[in-house]
Order: sequence, then C-alpha cells, then structure tokens
Amino acid sequence: MADRINITIDGEKVNVDGGLTVLQAARRSGFHIPTLCDDDRLKPYGGCRLCLVSIEGIPRPVTACTTPVTDGMVVETSNDHIERLRRTIVELLLSDHPNDCMTCDRAGDCTLQELAYFYGLRDNRFWGERRRYEDDDLNPFIKRDMEKCVLCGKCVRVCREVQGVGAIEISYRGFGAKVCPPYERDLNCEFCGQCVSLCPTGALSGKQWSGKGREKDVKKIKTVCPYCGCGCNLTLHVSRNEVIRVSSEPDTINEGWLCPKGRFGYEFIKSPDLLKSPLIRKNGKLEEVTWDEALKFVSEKLGSIKEKYGPDAIGGLSSARCTNEENYLFQKFIRAGIGTNNVDHCARL
Amino acid sequence: MPKAVDIRICMGTGGIAAGASAVLERFEEELSSTGVGASVRENCSRHNVGCRGFCARDVLVDVILDGERTTYQYIKPDMVQRIVEEHIVSGNPVEDWVVTDDYHNFHEKQVKVVLSDCGEVDPEDINSYKSRGGYKAVESVIGSKTPEDVIEMIKSSGLRGRGGAGFPTGLKWEFARKPESDQKYIICNADEGDPGAFMDRSIIEGNPHSVIEGMTIGAYCIGADKGYVYIRAEYPLAVKRLRIALEQAKEAGYLGENILGSGFSFNIKVKLGAGAFVCGEETALIASIEGQRGMPRAKPPFPAQQGLWGKPTVINNVETFSNVPYIVTKGPDWFSSFGTEKSKGTKVFALTGKIRNTGLIEVPMGMSLKEIIYDIGGGMERGEFKAVQTGGPSGGCIPKDMIDINVDFESLAKVGSIVGSGGMVVLDDTDCMVNIAKFFLEFTQRESCGKCTPCRVGTKRLLEILDRVTEGKGKSGDIELLLTLGQDIKDSSLCGLGQTAPNPILSTIKYFRDEYEAHINEKRCPAAVCKAMLTYTILEDACKGCTLCAKACPSDAISGEKKKPHVIDQGLCVKCGACFDTCKFKAVHKE
Repeated sequence: MADRINITIDGEKVNVDGGLTVLQAARRSGFHIPTLCDDDRLKPYGGCRLCLVSIEGIPRPVTACTTPVTDGMVVETSNDHIERLRRTIVELLLSDHPNDCMTCDRAGDCTLQELAYFYGLRDNRFWGERRRYEDDDLNPFIKRDMEKCVLCGKCVRVCREVQGVGAIEISYRGFGAKVCPPYERDLNCEFCGQCVSLCPTGALSGKQWSGKGREKDVKKIKTVCPYCGCGCNLTLHVSRNEVIRVSSEPDTINEGWLCPKGRFGYEFIKSPDLLKSPLIRKNGKLEEVTWDEALKFVSEKLGSIKEKYGPDAIGGLSSARCTNEENYLFQKFIRAGIGTNNVDHCARL
Repeated sequence: MPKAVDIRICMGTGGIAAGASAVLERFEEELSSTGVGASVRENCSRHNVGCRGFCARDVLVDVILDGERTTYQYIKPDMVQRIVEEHIVSGNPVEDWVVTDDYHNFHEKQVKVVLSDCGEVDPEDINSYKSRGGYKAVESVIGSKTPEDVIEMIKSSGLRGRGGAGFPTGLKWEFARKPESDQKYIICNADEGDPGAFMDRSIIEGNPHSVIEGMTIGAYCIGADKGYVYIRAEYPLAVKRLRIALEQAKEAGYLGENILGSGFSFNIKVKLGAGAFVCGEETALIASIEGQRGMPRAKPPFPAQQGLWGKPTVINNVETFSNVPYIVTKGPDWFSSFGTEKSKGTKVFALTGKIRNTGLIEVPMGMSLKEIIYDIGGGMERGEFKAVQTGGPSGGCIPKDMIDINVDFESLAKVGSIVGSGGMVVLDDTDCMVNIAKFFLEFTQRESCGKCTPCRVGTKRLLEILDRVTEGKGKSGDIELLLTLGQDIKDSSLCGLGQTAPNPILSTIKYFRDEYEAHINEKRCPAAVCKAMLTYTILEDACKGCTLCAKACPSDAISGEKKKPHVIDQGLCVKCGACFDTCKFKAVHKE
C-alpha cells in the first residue's frame, strides 16, 4: 500500500492513500463526483468525461478517474465551469437517446436518468439525428438495445479485463461508434452477463427479466448461490412473490461477478420437479418423508451394510456444489465414521 | 557528346501519378538507341529521386551534363526523344520546356534542411544518401558521444516536435532516458492524416534514410533497442521505399545487432496503420501497435514514462526525426540560426489551395505569411486573397488583414490557429468560410474514435448546426450555440482530436462572423458556394443562345431556341453550376 498523503478537496483537508485516483480519494472521503464510465473494479477509462474536476496548477479540467492523487494536491469537484461542461455532456447524451423512460426497465435505476434529473434537463439545445438500430439477438440471455448505449465502454472492458473473453468491442467511428460483437454478428459468448450487471442505462439487460418489474417494485433478498462451492453472494429480486432477477453486489466475496448459471439459471426455483423434502421408495414408489425419518433410514441401512459386509462395502461420492467445509465433513464421516477410504468427489470424474 | 550524363526524374507519388515511370522508360530507350549510354558508359546514370516540392510542375526532370544542370518541367514520354537528341547529344537545351522563373522563385526563399536531399538522392540507394553525407551523424555519435551529450545537443538546437504540438524534442528524449527499464521503445509517427498534408509522405518517399538515421540516434539517446515506424497503409510507395531502406541500412551495419561495433543494437519494424486519423494521436497509436482498437487514453502517464506495452517510449514525427542527422552533422548552432527565438529551424508545409505554385515547401520558422503566399507561392491563382487555413482540421483560419503574421508556433497560436503538422490551404473570395469549417468538421466527426462523449456526439451536433446554416435553415442563436458548444468540446474532450476539432469553426466565426450572419439572417452565401442559397439566372443581354449551357445541364432545366436568350427553370435546377462553368459569355449569373 502506498503512503498516506494529504490533499485538499473542495477546501477540506483529507488524508488519503497515495495510490488512489482523485475519484477514489474523493469518494472515500465522502465527496460525490458524477460518472458513467467508472467502476472501481475496472481500469480507469476517462471516456464519459463527467468526472472532470479542477486541479490547482493544471490549466485544463482533468478527469478524476484517471488522475492519480499527489501530495498537496488541491482539487475542486465542482464549480461553474465544471458544471457547465457536465451539463453539456449529459445534454449531448440525451440528444442521442430514445428518452423512453416511461417504458424502460431501468427507469429509477438508471445513471443517465439520474443525471438528467440532477441537471433538470427537460429541453435540449442539441436535438438532432439519433442512432437507430435493430438489434435482435437470438440468444436467450442478453437483450441489447444499443440506441440506449452511452458508449461508457464498461461492458467491453469487463468482458476483456475481468472475464478474459473479449466478445465485444467498439466498432465504427464518430457518431456511429457502436459496441457490438465482431462483424455485428449475434452475441456468441459465455453469457456470464457481467456486461449486463455494469451497464449504467437500459442498453444491456436480461431477457428473462425484461418487462417483469422495475427496481423500485422489487424486494431484494440476499442469499448464496447453490450451484457450486464458491459460494457467490446473490441478491434475488423478488416481485409479486416471484424471483424475477438475480444480481450481486460489488462489496461481496465474489465482487459482484457471477457466472451464467448464477446470474441466469434461477428458473429451477419455479420447477414443479424441485425437491422440497426427502423421498424414500416405499413399495416401489417414492414417498415424501420428514428429514428425521430419512436420516434414520440412511443411518440404519449404512449400519447394517457395514455390519454384514464390512466398511469397505461402502463408498462416498461428494459434490462440487458443496462447500469446502461440507466436503471436509463428508470425508471425515466416511473415513472416521464409516471406517473406509472409499471416498471421492465428482470434480475428479 | 558529354562525358557524364546524370538524369534525375521526380518519382514521388506525385511524379509517378503524372507519368514519371513512362518518362524514365523512354529515357532508357532513347539513351540506348542514340548510343549515349554506350559512349558515356558508367558515367551515365538515371535516377529516380523523391519529390522536390513543386508537384504542380511534374514530371520534373533534371538533365545534368558534365555537372551542369538543366531542369525540365511538365515532361511527357513523347518529349523525351527531343531532349535526348537536341540537348544530350547536340548540347542545345530545349528551351521551350525548361523551367521558368516561377520555378526559381518557388525555391529561392526556401531554406531546405529536411528536404535538402529530397529530389537529390535516390531513395532506393543507400550509397546515394551516403554520398551526400548520409549516416555520418550515426557514425559520429554511436560509440563516440554519450547519449547525454547528444540529448544536450538536440536540446540546444531548439528542435521542437513537427507533428503538431511542438514539444521540445530533446526534453522528450531526456524524459524517456531517465527511467530505469529493461525495455524502451522509439516510434516514428508516420500516420499523416490531415487532409491535404503530404510532408511526411514526401520525406519518406524522397529520403527514407534520414528518418532511419534520426530514429537510430534517438534510440541511442534513450536506450531503446526496438523501434517502430507507424505508417499509413495508404502510402504504398513510402512503405516500399522505407522497407528497402531498412534492409539496406541493416546490410550496411547501421541497424541491427552491435551497430558499428559499438555494442549498441537497434532494430526497426514497420507497422501499417489501417486508416484511422485518430491513430496519429500518440496514445491511440500505441494502442494500435499493441493490437487494440486505436483509441487514446488519458495522460499522464505520458508515453515517455509508460508508453508501448507500459515501457518508456518516445514518439516523434517523421519530419522531427529527419531533422536530427542534419543537426548532428552541422551542429545545433547552425540549426538554431534559422527561425525565431522560440521556434527554431525550418518547417515543411504543404502549400495548397487557390495559389499559383502549389507544392511542398520548407521555410525558416517565422517567415511571414505574405512571403510564403506571394514570393514562394507566386500569389493567387485567380481570385482575391481571403484567408489561409493552417494546421488542418485542428487548425484555424487566418484572415487577409493578418497576412503579415510570422509563421511560427507562438504567432499562429496567438491568432487562434496552429502550425500543426504543416497543412496550409490558401483561400480566395470564392471560398465560403462556413463551408470550409463544415468540411473540416465533417472530417473530424467521421474520424472521432467514439470514446469520449463531447467529441463523439458534440462534433456531430456542431456539424448538424453547420449543415442547417449552409442549407439556409440557420436560426438566430446558432452562432452562439456553435461558440458555446465548441468551447465546451475543447474543454472537455479526452485527446487532441476533440480538443482541437472546433477550432475551424471558432476561428472562422472570430474573423468571418459576417458570413455566418449573412447565411443565417439573410439566407445568403456571400461567396456564392452554398447550393441551397444559390440562384442561377441567365442574363438576357449577354446570352448568345449558343445552347452549350442547355447541353451541359444534367436536369434539362435550361430551354431556349438557338441564337436566342435561354432561361433556367428554377423548379428543375439542381444548382450544380454546370451552366456557369460552360458559358463562354459570362451570361450565367450566380448569387
């Protein structure tokens, strides 16, 4: 960790970690600087230009997200000039946006909408041509509405920097610049959906939750993903007693990143085949029983097999979906409890 | 019959386009059929040389007989026979085709440093370059002088980057020399993209070894063993000659491992640009070499600290590198004797537009615009001088009442323009300033990389406003909107492209606001350029009824009987101007 240094933000002296950017330092000290393209988990980008700040001794405004702090730095996060530039930038973005918040899934949870609200932008000095796209991917997961894209590049960067895939890139130039897969083919990637989780507007969303409820209407329930032993933290978005979306917060063990199963594979919750209690086959037919009954049944059967054929007649196969602790307990049970070394794990198969 | 014959044919891209290859071929044939080749033997040479600047007079041919030079202009293959027979064989130059005073005036006031060997050396022959002192600089530096000494020399020469920003070259090298690193790089930026600019192309086509020599010295100074020339793929001849030169330099031991036995190794790779203007911006260029989309990133860190693949990197422009060997051999004092206090040396400009002598010129920094236009450029071609656009799409316009201005970094910046990479477009009274601004904006908008909002969307909006102004649909308040938005884009864009893109608009509004006002308030284009506001009419008194205009009209809008005044149907007229251009009696009126 770098040494701590003293800087001044908006007249207030603060002591910050010397390895931070101005934006990080400001946020950690409780100052708000608007951004669209920044995410602490990605490399600094400097594309949206909203985080422009004034720094003493530098003639031009600079982006807080790309400028490292230096000892004694004097930063102004807001002044008339900076606010004029930010306002113009938001106005420019809105001049090339469908502005259909009334029917957009992201209304109430959209950074652009927040900015428009903050700057009170109802009219626009720059109305003009708007990008028109007909994006219709065949994939069942990710919905792309590139007319709403603000080219913040987060999706492109997370795909390359975090996921290591690089399925999308900015193509074309100028006003026609567009995030898309190579040669504008259909999206054909791992469908991890990290891009969706970072999109600040309604440009990228999940097909499964499209039209099923906006953020303000959902109840959020924190849970842990059941798919594997990683134990990623999930946030279930519940509306009308139905899980309509899964997300994850950045301040969790998995830093908010999920795999396609964790993010999109939650439909099983509603499956009629979902087991809700243990089953024991009685007279050739599976019957629901209580946990007590089931455990008693297993314990008696294992005991009698061990007695009759010896412990090596029993083997245990564990699952990658269990945690390390659960797997530890399981092998302990087989080795110490049953008394055999016949224990293995599905990940080896 | 002369004892020695040397024929030099201008074979830059311009010369070849004018037919220089066929001219060279004819010389080969004629020299052999007249027996000159056989009688003069090894003293008979035919060289292709690079551009000497006056492209408008191509094909230019030097015939040097026993050291006496005669230069011919506008030479076509069928003229070669007469030159060989009358001049070379009989000793009587063909006076009709010899260059005129214009040619001498064009060169008289120029001071050639980087262009001094262009047009003289054969770019595909390293020995030709060496015979004029080439690679002497490398020989005098490597192994004999310390990198620090050489950096000091470049610093004291006052050389500043010729790519646009004018950053002191020696200082840049010093910054990259300082950090400890296992790897450093040196890059030559040959991604010349300004519309109408061809300085860098001509230098590489005409004298590629000077660039290689400059890069090698730079690499020695900063401690780099790898170099790149990032060059436009649209410059095939320059690429070809550069590759030949690299091969020859390597063979001669000026590149490669253990150069001149000094223990210093340096190799250069050629990287072709894919035609993106923004890749001329150094951080975008680096991204492009790394295999990423050419988009700029924020500075700092500067390339001298963290450049290509995160290593200290120096990026200089072609012309900058080309200056280096001359500074080393002739001394920093010699170099700094040209130019002004803060802008030393010379600058190459691509002089184009409505001027008599168009071409490539090299002048000392600080020469007045008036001298450039009237002495070198030979004055206006037809119309009345109105303004000069310098610095390409990042530059601005200088109006006629400022014609006495000195052309150097500081003076041009003071009036809202820039030296830039060296574009210089002379405009006359038939040029509409709003339309000129629109032309450059169309270019920058198309070439914006799309990364940052103000440049991507802002330049589009500027262009839309200019579009409506030139279409006669301008609204009151449009000028103010252009000024505010233009300034905001300058203040908030990420890289030099966006930060300078509004300059053509801001400077034309500053000096030609009345033209904008005429477009918006009176729906009139004072220069009669903007089609939507033009009306073509035929003057009854002047029309002889020759019917030429009616034949030229693509939309059958002109009717009339032979030998009687014609009329234009305004409903059908598409305002192409064909009638105006065709009429021999000035009977078509445009306003």
